[in-house]
Amino acid sequence: MTSLKKPRYAYRDRPLSRALEPFAYFAPFLAAIAVFTLYPVINVVLMSFKEGYQMLTGRFDQVGVANYAYVLNDRYFMNALQNTAIYVAVVVPLSTVLSILIANLLNRRVKGMALFQTAYFMPMVTSVTAAGLAWKFMFSRDFGVINQILSWFGVGKINWLQAPEWSLWALIIYGVWSILPFTIILMLSGLQNIDETYYTAARVDGAKSGRIFMRITVPMLAPTIGLVLTINTISTSKVFNEIFPLFNGRPGPSYNLYTVVYYIYDQFYVKWKLGRAAAAAMILFVIIFAITMLQQIIQRKWSH
Amino acid sequence: MRTENKAGGRLGPSRGHQIRADIARGATYFFLGLGAVVMLFPFFWMFTSAFKTAQEVAAFPPRWLPQNPQFENFVTVFEKAPFGIYFLNSVMITSASVVGTGLVTILASFAFSRLKFPGRDLLFTLLLSLMMIPFEMLVITNYETIAAWRLIDNRLALFVPFLGSIFYTYILRNFFLSIPDGLYWSARVDGASNWKYLWRIMVPIAKPALTTIILLNAITSWNSFMWPMLVINSTANRTLPLGLYTFMTEGGMNFELLMAASTVVVLPIILLFLIARKQIVGGVARGGIKG
Repeated sequence: MTSLKKPRYAYRDRPLSRALEPFAYFAPFLAAIAVFTLYPVINVVLMSFKEGYQMLTGRFDQVGVANYAYVLNDRYFMNALQNTAIYVAVVVPLSTVLSILIANLLNRRVKGMALFQTAYFMPMVTSVTAAGLAWKFMFSRDFGVINQILSWFGVGKINWLQAPEWSLWALIIYGVWSILPFTIILMLSGLQNIDETYYTAARVDGAKSGRIFMRITVPMLAPTIGLVLTINTISTSKVFNEIFPLFNGRPGPSYNLYTVVYYIYDQFYVKWKLGRAAAAAMILFVIIFAITMLQQIIQRKWSH
Repeated sequence: MRTENKAGGRLGPSRGHQIRADIARGATYFFLGLGAVVMLFPFFWMFTSAFKTAQEVAAFPPRWLPQNPQFENFVTVFEKAPFGIYFLNSVMITSASVVGTGLVTILASFAFSRLKFPGRDLLFTLLLSLMMIPFEMLVITNYETIAAWRLIDNRLALFVPFLGSIFYTYILRNFFLSIPDGLYWSARVDGASNWKYLWRIMVPIAKPALTTIILLNAITSWNSFMWPMLVINSTANRTLPLGLYTFMTEGGMNFELLMAASTVVVLPIILLFLIARKQIVGGVARGGIKG
């Protein structure tokens, strides 16, 4: 701004109060962030190195890496890592492929599309606890509708929620269902950003629709796919809430279904070993950070 | 969606093309319908089972529809657990969060877009980098803070920690930046203070972005489970998702009652979604961040 444009009101304001005015506007925001985001970030790093940290007194024995050593040697943490890795490795690719196909259909101009979109997006806005209870009922071995539908195809009754070998798959099926709407929305907005002329040109050249899909849609959608992969990898590696309705708050039917965040919760809120919980949280963050960086690098190489 | 038809479409006037277009449209409907049935089925099952009898819920093969809709299930649910109180708590906390976080966000977005102060953009960039920290990492310390402030089992604890949202501030600040500068200076020349300008001009213009923020925040707040589970102990302070969860762990597996209770939790948000689907979906698509 130039001095010429400076409005005449300036004489009423004292210089100091004017200089402080912006601060008054962002102070509440900054205070909230400082207390509930910035301080906790610093504190969780410090806490993870405090051995024998007590919440009420704030006392600890010494500074060291014992919490990390404990967590990394804990078989429950290893179980948690393994379950989380399988969950991410199945849910992310599956939801990505399904969402590309569905978004492609939802992008066509046919009657009643608003109705279809409502149907596909509904799980996104509904409570994980309530929807999880509906799935729990559907997964029931003896009177569940999923086993009923499977029986039409000659499949015997599966003990989805009580058999350890099936429980992770129940969690995965529910996970795909609940993450799909969000993933479809991102894919759909990616599709709508593709320039129409590419399609017109391809059609003029007489290209078949399958070829158009593989040669134009998928490559043009690559940035969106990259974004979806990153966001969904992060959100699925934090899988936690879904466990509560499905398994009554326990990590699977026979304590076999720890996830990394469930492990953090367990160390923190059940066992009150805050240092260990903090160390596990740090490990989770490092893993998420590494995966994000890796995806960024791959994506950058891909686009060149 | 108002975008043009892309992959398929009117191929031409000839009859062969017309038939092929019809088949393509039929296939589109078929697969979309199939997927929609799968996506909606849990809700169908929840709503219909809420009206079934205990015998119907425990039958195999399952009953698809209740023979005599049992409206009493809902009465029983409200008798067995204080779902009225849970509902009220959820409404109160969601409203407090929408208003509180909304105010803090509006003020901060104004400072970071229109007011000038040294280091403004650097500070904002630093704040943005905090956005990638997962809340799960902060939970332990935030619990300690809430405990130190003696707010455990207090409903204030359910929205105070979320008053400052970097994500919402990011959305609104970007919208504020898109409002032309000239408007600001002409208003100031006319003698309007920053405060007046913000509320009389900017906020009304930013209604679309504000609506997005309010909707996303309301949905998140209404459905929140992990944090309330940690900080709330007593029945009187529970929100709906937490009340539903304790209804399951303490009240047993009467699925007809659990489905009725789940319906109570889910229905208000589904209504909101039906009314404001476009704004919600648009907000999610623009933000690219899970609500």
